[in-house]
Amino acid sequence: MTSFVLSHFALASPLGAGRAETVAALHDGRGGLSPCAFETVRIPTHIGEVDGLDRPVAGGLADYDCRNNRLALMALEQDGFIDAVAGARKRYGAHRIGLFAGTSTAGILETELLFRRRDPVTGALPADFHYAQTHNTYSVADFAQRVLGLAGPAFVVSAACASTAKAFGNAARMIALGLCDAAVVGGADSLCLTTLYGFHSLQLTAEGPCRPFDASRSGISIGEAAGFALLERAERAPGAISLLGIGESSDAHHMSSPHPEGLGARMAMERALAAAGLAPEDIDYINLHGTATRVGDAAEDQAIWGLFGDRTPCNSTKGQTGHTLGASGILETIIAALCLDEGFIPSSPTTERLDPTLRCRYLIQGTDRPLRRVMSNSFGFGGSNCSVILGAAP
Amino acid sequence: MKLFVDGIGLCGPGLADWVQGAPILAGSAMYHPAPVTLVPSELLPPAERRRMTETVKLALAVGSEAVARSERQAEALPSVFTSSGGDGATITDILEILASEERGVSPTRFHNSVHNAPSGYWSIATHSRESSTSLCAHDFSFAAGLLEAASLATSETKPVLLVAYDLPYPAALHAARPIQSIFGTALLLSPARESRSLATLTLSLDREAAETTMPDPALEALRIGNPAARALPVLAALAGGAPRRVTLALMAGNRLTLEVAP
Repeated sequence: MTSFVLSHFALASPLGAGRAETVAALHDGRGGLSPCAFETVRIPTHIGEVDGLDRPVAGGLADYDCRNNRLALMALEQDGFIDAVAGARKRYGAHRIGLFAGTSTAGILETELLFRRRDPVTGALPADFHYAQTHNTYSVADFAQRVLGLAGPAFVVSAACASTAKAFGNAARMIALGLCDAAVVGGADSLCLTTLYGFHSLQLTAEGPCRPFDASRSGISIGEAAGFALLERAERAPGAISLLGIGESSDAHHMSSPHPEGLGARMAMERALAAAGLAPEDIDYINLHGTATRVGDAAEDQAIWGLFGDRTPCNSTKGQTGHTLGASGILETIIAALCLDEGFIPSSPTTERLDPTLRCRYLIQGTDRPLRRVMSNSFGFGGSNCSVILGAAP
Repeated sequence: MKLFVDGIGLCGPGLADWVQGAPILAGSAMYHPAPVTLVPSELLPPAERRRMTETVKLALAVGSEAVARSERQAEALPSVFTSSGGDGATITDILEILASEERGVSPTRFHNSVHNAPSGYWSIATHSRESSTSLCAHDFSFAAGLLEAASLATSETKPVLLVAYDLPYPAALHAARPIQSIFGTALLLSPARESRSLATLTLSLDREAAETTMPDPALEALRIGNPAARALPVLAALAGGAPRRVTLALMAGNRLTLEVAP
């Protein structure tokens, strides 16, 4: 594939806002999960909540105010990202920079709250409902495009938990075909009642902090995050983290359970390797999807074992961040970039005793070491799979 | 980007499928809007068929029609699903339950509420492990899906199935986002001409051209009233059989212009 780099990136997650807080938390094995006290939710579970989302979106974009866009804005405001995009806008022109974002639930939290305020007689929603700016799935791309002053092609990918990983594929194709010169890739998914009660009804939420690949793992911890990356052709930003390959597939198995042998997951990883022109032994670390469900981790383990055997170090950072659903692709791709940039593999501090039936080389203890290539996996409802491979600057 | 249309699916008020709808869109038959009847896809096993929402029925119906016309194997096709509203009925059910004291969201309802539910059911129904994505771009969802499907077919040099669909929301959301009718369409786009190719599409982006509208007032009302029906000018050009230029609006002042040639 054409050579691309993540010339700038920014994020906000339960680990903190921006690069420094994220790296410090990952490096020290500090977790971002706490007992759920979100809104009026009474579910015995832990969540990864981002602090500091109380400030409404103000000014000309006030109609876009919702938790999801506040979180997106918090990420965009980190580490000089808005200025970096402004620089790119000067080089390429606003309409030559695409914006490909992902989310699964957009601003549905606000609609959930509005449904409690419906007219008791007519069932009508209050007049202060800004459907297009908050509820519609596209709202996060529309909002980010306006914050960044961009005017290129844009859309939202909403393919459950693979959304923001798949968006890298859209961006890479559009740039390679000359439909845009650069693209902002990313998105946000924020806490809401739909996902908390929905995953609870599927009996997929763990009571304590989630424990990926642990023998006694019992489900996910739902988290929230936002992240954005500026994707450019490699020659534009020499020395930056490279996007080496993307692989996508479908399970064709079940709406809410992965293929038991991880066939779709394996196909996504194989395609990412093929796109990058790499062999399994070229990957130094895999940031797993690793949500800590019984079946999900087992399926991913089978896929990893089949392709990488027990050689390649891998683990999941969801014990620290929670499962940030549609944002997990961009969050963990940026975590992969940070691992490459800083030369470390994070720990998996909530995993205490590895499941002896799982065979991949899962690292509970992180390590400082130079990494050349890292893979990040994202798999979602509907059997939607995506693997992304990043490389360190040569 | 130059693509070939190998199959077309259609479902809307008074437009039961492509065979019945094409003469209307070509202007050689009268348009009479009529209620849409959606039936579950026979591609799915009975257990899955029972869980199918109207949204999934619509998406699978138009997708199946486009693939059948092309005589290709659905299993081998990457797909792009695009919709502005997703499954508004299922989402409204969940919102009502969450506003109550009880909050017992059913597992099936929850997995049916995701924007990519039709894509998931399609891959299960067709046994396709090829990539499938699900997009949203509010009023521009059809044009965004077409742009992505064309990009994917061109970069992968593979035929790609595009499925666009939108259904009216239940009352509370309808007041804020009026989608007036059920409408779905599918295009099977191939990067190479085949013996069964129906037409050539040459796509480009610009910011100048005016959006193409429908001359028939009832069809124009349909186009305006449903984001997926923004496809109508493209479908009319495909039905017309003569070379035509069609311009679709994209976000932020962008335009997707198509040269449609038989």
